Amino acid sequence: MALHDFWFIALAGLFLGFFVLEGFDFGIGMLMKVFGRVAKGDREQHQRAVLNTIGPVWDGNEVWLITAGGAMFAAFPGMYATLFSGLYLPLLAILLSMILRICAIEWRGKIDDPRWRGWADLGIAVGSWVPAVLWGVVFAALVRGLPVDADKQIHLSVTDLLNPYTLLGGLATAGLFAFHGALFARLKTEGPVRDDATRFAARLALPVTAVVAAFGVWTQLAHGKDWTWLILGAAVIAQLSAAMLVWSRGGDGWAFVATTGVVAAVVALLFAVLYPNLVPSTLNPEWSLTVENASSTPYTLKIMSWAALIFAPLVIAYQAWTYWVFRQRISAARIPASIGLSRRPT
Amino acid sequence: MDPLDVSRWQFGITTVYHFIFVPLTIGLAPLIAVMQTVWVITDNPAWYRLTRFFGKLFLINFALGVATGIVQEFQFGMNWSEYSRFVGDVFGAPLAMEGLVAFFFESTFIGLWIFGWTRLPRLVHLACIWVVAVAVNMSAFFIIAANSWMQHPVGARYNPETGRAELTSIVALFTNNTATAAFSHAVTGALLTAGTFVAGVCAWWLVRARESDEARTMYRPATILGCLVALVAAAGLALTGDAQGKLMFQQQPMKMASAESLCHTETDPDFSILTIGTHNNCDSVTHLIEVPYVLPFLAEGKFDGVRLDGVKDLQEKYEAKFGPGDYRPNLFVTYWAFRAMIGLLAIPALFALVALWLTRRGRIPDQRWFAWFALLTLPTPFLANSAGWVFTEMGRQPWVVVPNPTGDQMIRLTVDQGVSGHSAGLVLTSLILFTTLYAGLAVIWFWLIRRYVVEGPLEHDSEPAPPKPPGDDEIAPLSFAY
Repeated sequence: MALHDFWFIALAGLFLGFFVLEGFDFGIGMLMKVFGRVAKGDREQHQRAVLNTIGPVWDGNEVWLITAGGAMFAAFPGMYATLFSGLYLPLLAILLSMILRICAIEWRGKIDDPRWRGWADLGIAVGSWVPAVLWGVVFAALVRGLPVDADKQIHLSVTDLLNPYTLLGGLATAGLFAFHGALFARLKTEGPVRDDATRFAARLALPVTAVVAAFGVWTQLAHGKDWTWLILGAAVIAQLSAAMLVWSRGGDGWAFVATTGVVAAVVALLFAVLYPNLVPSTLNPEWSLTVENASSTPYTLKIMSWAALIFAPLVIAYQAWTYWVFRQRISAARIPASIGLSRRPT
Repeated sequence: MDPLDVSRWQFGITTVYHFIFVPLTIGLAPLIAVMQTVWVITDNPAWYRLTRFFGKLFLINFALGVATGIVQEFQFGMNWSEYSRFVGDVFGAPLAMEGLVAFFFESTFIGLWIFGWTRLPRLVHLACIWVVAVAVNMSAFFIIAANSWMQHPVGARYNPETGRAELTSIVALFTNNTATAAFSHAVTGALLTAGTFVAGVCAWWLVRARESDEARTMYRPATILGCLVALVAAAGLALTGDAQGKLMFQQQPMKMASAESLCHTETDPDFSILTIGTHNNCDSVTHLIEVPYVLPFLAEGKFDGVRLDGVKDLQEKYEAKFGPGDYRPNLFVTYWAFRAMIGLLAIPALFALVALWLTRRGRIPDQRWFAWFALLTLPTPFLANSAGWVFTEMGRQPWVVVPNPTGDQMIRLTVDQGVSGHSAGLVLTSLILFTTLYAGLAVIWFWLIRRYVVEGPLEHDSEPAPPKPPGDDEIAPLSFAY
């Protein structure tokens, strides 16, 4: 295997890590307000319980994206340059919403005031919904192909980005992340919050299975290779298992493992159908960016490989340890009063 | 409107903004680690309260640094795609390693630190903040190594087949003398920022709460700690800045000539303190106040016999070498940013000396002017950091990758060659959106910091957390942060 193939897999792995981990962070953010709405009891305590399930980990999860971006820059500068300038507006929207989300999560509890929290909740909701939809749109548009010209420039038209396939992709990732998030909340909470999470997941299971399957089959039929049927099969089996486990009120842990498998399989499917292209050109296949014509030199790839082989296992180890440290379930009843300050000095 | 100008404004605004928050993160993390270490060793609750107090301020600030950092990584590809294509083989590696080697550590361990007060054994929890403190500084190193390659490209060659710069030695890239000089300068700048922040906030509280026990047990020691850090950092800034300046005289003579608005090549020119005139038109610059000997010393470490190139002569030289073009930076900006950077350094240094004098031998100051002095000193290191970066980045214009005088001359790129082919309207849209969002967040950041500073260390923070983690069978509340 050539180094640029290894780095294609590594890049897929980084995005996979990002979507598996940040996927449930997005889901939690998307559903947080809904948890408050259905809460029997103190709404605010329910919302805080849900938000605190991702409290210690969301920041570390987000670094998978930073590293994926950096790895794309280092290993496939041609892809980084063409794709990021070509998909300017969707990336801008993702950036703005993620900025909003980071500040909203971190600052929400700093002031103990309902209006303040209302604004933070809005920031968290927007900052979770927008990227959850747009990442699906962006990856679907990438798999479908973009108008890369002979000079490696993309002049994007609206339909390149927004068409039935990419919109289905956006729906699929948003649905999947919400489902994944609901199952994470179910795994990490107890009492009424967990009951609510189970109900959300049970309701989401069928529509999410439908859109994910539809998106997967469309991807496979339009762009797939023979062997990618296997990945699609794995995704569908994992999704059905998750749905079954939720409907039968089965194990919280296994249901979450199942949606983790679905997210991982969907990302794997997208990258597998893309290979060996990085950015397929819809204008002329000759102009497509591939792992060969858009990669860095073997020397750079070799250096990067050493760094990745040493540090990636370390990162996975200490992130796993973090989840172990915070393994206990959270209950709304046990959450102490907010330690935020009042808006004005008293 | 030129898309190049809009893209440059966007990069300038988002980067200067990002670097308001980052130095406080870089400098404050080790100071909080020191405070917590003192608490763990001495069991003195005052240091526990200080750790919690500055920890909260740190987190309010950290969020904005992280949020604006993502933009930094994405906008090379979005707005500077031709630059990214040209340098990606070299420049991408330190960015990717920053994520892998540093940023993962700081983001994961800050989560452990925030939520782990009651979950982790005391020493493990202490280790978490030290990991954060080391990792934020490593982050700084990788990013500055990348930036320094743009200032002084080493360890790379130009490949005519691919038409891009290609990495030949990662060791050369990380041991770039520009990088080691710039890193030590930026980190001491961050320590000055954080030291002044701790000293300023605590000195203000010291006067405010002078009658209380806390003044003696908490605010006075913290003020002294902050002042000592700030003083050492100020001295360090002078030394590292001097080293960096001497390198720049060799590597980017145009930048240093424009720092002085030195238009014509001279032997032993005087250091200018005040000029009037339109800087960009060399002929109308009048040097009003000048000091002899300083400039030759800054450039080469001796007091005479130093010949320094002027902007006009360098311009002719570059035209002969690189073809027609304007190779002069904006002299007004470089001249004044350089002076602002150095001048602003004097204020926190003076404050630290005054504060140490007023708190000598157990004294608790009660002067109102001193409290005001403390507050007014707080913004100065932030402004000095910004001025320094504005100088170093504007001073390399029109280059985005400055040709290394002793390196591969083909590795060079001007900003107009590096920019993406977007319409001005598109980039203007993103510029307006970023600026609006950033302005709003800056207002909230300032308001939150102010609110927490005015409230001071909280009462419920005076109970040290239980040192042992709960058993697995009991469900203890996390130390809830959200």
